[in-house]
This record gives sequence, C-alpha cells and structure tokens, in this order.
Amino acid sequence: MLKIDNLHVEVDGKKILKGLSLTVEPGQVHAVMGPNGAGKSTLGNVLAGRDGFEVIEGSIEFLGQDLLTMGPDERAIAGLFLAFQYPVAIPGVNNAYFLRTALNAQRVARGEPELDAMGFLKMAREQAGALEMDDKLLQRAVNDGFSGGEKKRNEILQMAMLQPRLAVLDETDSGLDIDALRIVSEGVNRLRDAQRSMIVITHYQRLLDHIVPDLVHVLADGRIVASGDKSLALKLEQEGYAWLREADLSEQTRMAS
Amino acid sequence: MSNAQIEQLIDSRYKHGFVTDIDSDTVPPGLDEDVIRFISAKKGEPEWLTEWRLQAYRHWLTMTAPDWAKLDVPAIDFQAISYYSAPKKESDKPQSLDEVDPKLLETYDKLGVPLHERARLAGVAVDAVFDSVSVTTTFKEKLADAGVIFCSFSEAVKDHPELVKKYLGTVVPTGDNFFAALNSAVFTDGSFVYIPEGVRCPMELSTYFRINAINTGQFERTLIIAEKGSYVSYLEGCTAPMRDENQLHAAVVELIALEDAEIKYSTVQNWYPGDENGKGGIYNFVTKRGDCQGDRSRISWTQVETGSAITWKYPSCILRGDDSSGEFYSVALTHNYQQADTGTKMIHLGKNTKSRIISKGISAGHGQNSYRGLVKVAKGADKARNFTQCDSLLIGKQCGAHTFPYIESTNPSAQIEHEATTSRIGEDQLFYCQSRGLDEETAVAMIVNGFCKEVFQELPMEFAVEARALLEVSLEGAVG
Repeated sequence: MLKIDNLHVEVDGKKILKGLSLTVEPGQVHAVMGPNGAGKSTLGNVLAGRDGFEVIEGSIEFLGQDLLTMGPDERAIAGLFLAFQYPVAIPGVNNAYFLRTALNAQRVARGEPELDAMGFLKMAREQAGALEMDDKLLQRAVNDGFSGGEKKRNEILQMAMLQPRLAVLDETDSGLDIDALRIVSEGVNRLRDAQRSMIVITHYQRLLDHIVPDLVHVLADGRIVASGDKSLALKLEQEGYAWLREADLSEQTRMAS
Repeated sequence: MSNAQIEQLIDSRYKHGFVTDIDSDTVPPGLDEDVIRFISAKKGEPEWLTEWRLQAYRHWLTMTAPDWAKLDVPAIDFQAISYYSAPKKESDKPQSLDEVDPKLLETYDKLGVPLHERARLAGVAVDAVFDSVSVTTTFKEKLADAGVIFCSFSEAVKDHPELVKKYLGTVVPTGDNFFAALNSAVFTDGSFVYIPEGVRCPMELSTYFRINAINTGQFERTLIIAEKGSYVSYLEGCTAPMRDENQLHAAVVELIALEDAEIKYSTVQNWYPGDENGKGGIYNFVTKRGDCQGDRSRISWTQVETGSAITWKYPSCILRGDDSSGEFYSVALTHNYQQADTGTKMIHLGKNTKSRIISKGISAGHGQNSYRGLVKVAKGADKARNFTQCDSLLIGKQCGAHTFPYIESTNPSAQIEHEATTSRIGEDQLFYCQSRGLDEETAVAMIVNGFCKEVFQELPMEFAVEARALLEVSLEGAVG
C-alpha cells in the first residue's frame, strides 16, 4: 500500500525528517506517536503533498505509484486522505456543496459516474447521523464557526464519503472530549477493512484505546526510533518519551565513537 | 469684441461649419461648443437641453480631472476624442459569427451565453439576430400594459420631455464632478425608466432587451424615476464581454425614488480590462447616485465589477426621506494590471434613515483595489444607522488592497458600525480543497465565490449564476 524509504524533509531550510522509513500493508492500522516537534505532522503534510515541505532525499511509493511526483489533488484521487489537525474554514462555501464537488471530482477522474444531488444528500445524511452530527452542519459554510469537535467530525464525515484507500489521521483526538472521542473513533473503526489502511498520528495513547492499531511507531528527532505492538503505546503512556531520548543519545554516542 | 459679438461668431461658425456636415456620421476629434450644438442638433433636441449641455460644458472647462483616487491614470487628451459617431451601418458589421474573433466566442462559450445571444453581443448585423427582436416586442407590450415607460434616453427626450426636464440633473447636477460635467455636455444616449404610482414593474428591466442599447457609446446617461409606492429592478450590463472601440467611458446614472418606492439597480461590468501586461483596456469613470426623496423609499445598488483597466465609481444614496434606506453591495475584482477605486456615499438627511454597505474587493496579479466610502449623517438625521463591512481578498503577492472609510456625523444619535478584513487567499484553504481532490482553479473559484456570497445573493437569480461564471473566467491563471 505505502512504502516510505529513507525520507528526508526540510521546512524553511530546517531539517525535520531525517531518514524516516515506514511500510504499511493493506488493511493495517499504524499509530505514529512521539514528542512535540518530532515531525509527526510533517509526515502527514508530506504525504498529502503540501507546499513548503521539501523532500531532499528518499522516496514514497503509494499503490505502486511515485507519490512525490503527484500534486495534492492527484494524491486524493489516487485514494489518499489526510484528516487535518486544524481543519480549514472556507467562508461562504456550503459544506455539502464542497463535499459533493470533491467527491464528484474524484469520481470523474477515476472514470466513475457522478453522484447526483439527491443520492449524495441521502448518503451524507446517513453518515452524518452515524457521527451524531447535526444535519444543519451540512448546510453551513465549510468549518466556518464550527466548534473543535464539529470540525473533527466533519473530517471523518469527509473520509466516510470519499472512501480513501489510505487515511492519515493527524491528531484527530486533539480537542475532543471523551464522548466525542468515542463517536469519532467508532466512525473511524467502521471504515476499517481489509483493503483500507490508516496511519493514526497522535500524541496520546487514549485514542488507541478506541482505535486499536496493528503497529505502533515512535517518531523522535525525524526518525522512527522504536516500533512495536499496542503495548509500546502503553509503555509510552507510563514512562513518557524520556527513555527514548536517552536510548537515542546513547546510540548517537555509540555512532560518534 | 463684445460678448454678443463672440456669441454671434460662435453661432456663425456653427452655421457655416456644420450646416453642410450635418448629414455626416462622425465629427472630427475635439470638443468645443460647436461640437455640442452638433450633437444636440443631430439628436433633434429642444433648445433647453442644448443650453443645459452648453452650461455643463462651460462648467467643465473650469474643472480639472480628480486626482484623489488611488489610481494611476494616464493623461487623457480630451481633444483627441471624437464625441459623436453614428452607429455602424449594418453592412459594415460582421455578417455572421464566422467573421467574429474566435477568442471572443471562446469566452462566450465559457460563460454559457446562449447561442442566439452571441451574435448580438458580438455586434453581428441585426438582420442576422432575429431572436432578440421578437423577445423585445413581447417585452414592450407587457410593459406598456403596466404603464411602465422603458426606452432610450433620446426617445424619452422626444416623447416625455416634461419628465426628462423635471428630473434630469436633479440628483447629479451638471457641475457635480469633472466626469459628470463632461457627460452632461456630450452624452449620446442611454436608458430612461418611469414607473407610475403604485406599479410593481412586472419584470426585471434589462439593457439586454433594449436593442438599441448596444450603441449608446462612451457617454451614457440613465434616468430612472419610481413614483410613489412603485417598485423596479433594473439590470445594467452583461457578463459577456462586449466589443467596444472607445477607451474612455464616463456614464451618469440618476435614480429618484418617491414615497414608499423601491429601486434595485444591479450592474455587471465586464469591459475589456487590457491584456496581461496592462496594455489597453477601458477607463471607466462613472457617477451613479440615487435620491431617496420620499419617506420610506429604498434604493439598493449591487455591482459586480470585473472589467475595465481603470474603474472610478461610487454609486451613492441620498437618504432624504424619513425612514428611507440605502444599500450598496459590491464585488470588485482586479487582475493583471487592473485598478479599481470604488465604493459608495451614504448621505443621511432624514430621520431614522438606514444604510448598509457590503464591499468585497478581490485583487490578483498586479491588480490594485481600493474601497472608498463616505457615511455622512446630517444634523437633522436623528437615529440614523449605518452598517459597513468591507473585506479584501488578495491572491498572490504583487497585488494590493486599500480601504478608505470616511465617517462624518453631526448627530449624536447616529449609530455607525464599520468592519473591515483583509485576507490572503489562504495557502491553507487551497491545500485543504486540493487535498480533497479539487484542482487548483476549481479551488480558487470556489473560495472566491464563497467570499462574494453575501453580494451575489442580492443579484437576481440568473444574474448571480452568470456572475459566478464570470469570476471564474476572470480569474483564470490567477494562481500558479
């Protein structure tokens, strides 16, 4: 599904990712954890193709294609989805209209028939209902004046409608209370299947109680410094990231000598 | 030489200079009283109107072109302009769409202009444009039944001189400003609308349907009178680019709303903006003003300005009647090297008068866009209220947006609110749209249309749809 190999990324001339490698197979859910400033959000942005994140070394292969040669819209059409940490408001643009335009742009690009307004609205209402989202949010401007929780639900609604092959969830849990966290997680879990993969980027382990990952990776100083199963996340929760820094330091010391 | 002698000389020059030329179609470039007499004679105008023009011209001679706007206006040589040329003969026009510039046709296609309209807009000979003639005929019958007068300004001078004489120049006096004075002296044609008392005009009035509106030329004059309790919605212009050889345009529009009357005036202006290097393009200096004379009268201006190289335009309302209200909704877009200095004046004179200003400026490329607005509350305008919101959107890094709000209030009970924002089309917003599968142009168009929504919803339905398409076409190549 996804193969990231020795990825080096600079932002404003500053190295953020320094040799990150990660392979995700179909149907897998990977959690990426790590301290602030480790490069977690950079990973999400690079995958989605945001300007200003310059890949200076390494490669990313997505479903057999070279992801780095594709624009953000082409990546979306190929089946990649990024749930934003801070979803962006677009004043004056109707939420349902936005989503339908995006969905149909993707369908047309893939040679599928467009979904008509009625068919779309029926589907959107169902999905919104499952996320316990107020129908009215569909008729408001995209994320404009939405609460933090409404924005995150809206991201998951988009994901449910767009049905991506690979979803990258960037700190989707931040700013959610316990109930909202449960609802959003259930929404994500409903989308898990053997063909769809996910990368869940999070700071806290509590999200992983709801979305149980197949693998957990720890990102520190631009690289993955530890990988393991769900128990790794629990260890991080109990012991923090400090032990990793020590391990990292001792490794650097070893390399220097 | 005495004054009388000078006048005599001028008269005789007129007589001898132009008598033989009176059948000619064009005057040579230049402007003097002879030219004005020629225009007036050519149109068969009554003496009072000739005098009115001359008085405007004499005033104009004492004036200088305004330079306070944030515009870089090249010097205009007013003696190099020809002030009268008769409409082209049918035989000189393109005889079919095959003879029309393919680029123009391509734009019509993008805007979705109906096939039968394209020929007329492209200036194809009228014989070939049969559809619009029949539309006009049915339209005129319906209006006549309601007692509405809707005709060219020249026709109004002939058929309804008492109305023209009563109202012409009462809202925009001949000496109001440099360009209004020039227009008053040399205007060639325009539109006239009269809505009788208590009549709700049965349809939107559009210059689109007035077949002779196409050749009204560069100095257009419009006068709209809404009698007590009447209502009219007037649409000026057209989203499709029209052919026009004249570089300088200086129109005057006067609206008069009597007691309980309402006038909605919508404009879409899409004249040639010049090329991507800023060469060519129309200079548009317009004076538009409405007089809410009667109590509870209402005037609303909505404009979508995407064309012209230079736009200088401030549709305004004089809120004279008690409880009268004025509104101004504007979208102005400048791309490439276009410049716009536009806004409104709301003059509160009556009690409980209300005004509302929503201005949306969009700058792309090297475009410069200024909002300039005055809210004035006179001493007697108790409890006047104004709300102003002006938002600017920047696309790219070379363009500019400027806001010049002026507030003058001499009544302590006035309530004036002003909100302003400037934002750059967010890379965040663009990336967000693209990450959902939208290409860059679709994303920009969507964001810009969202930004303009409050104004577009004031436009009549079909006009709003056209305006949206127009913004998309006007912004092509704005990003990337």
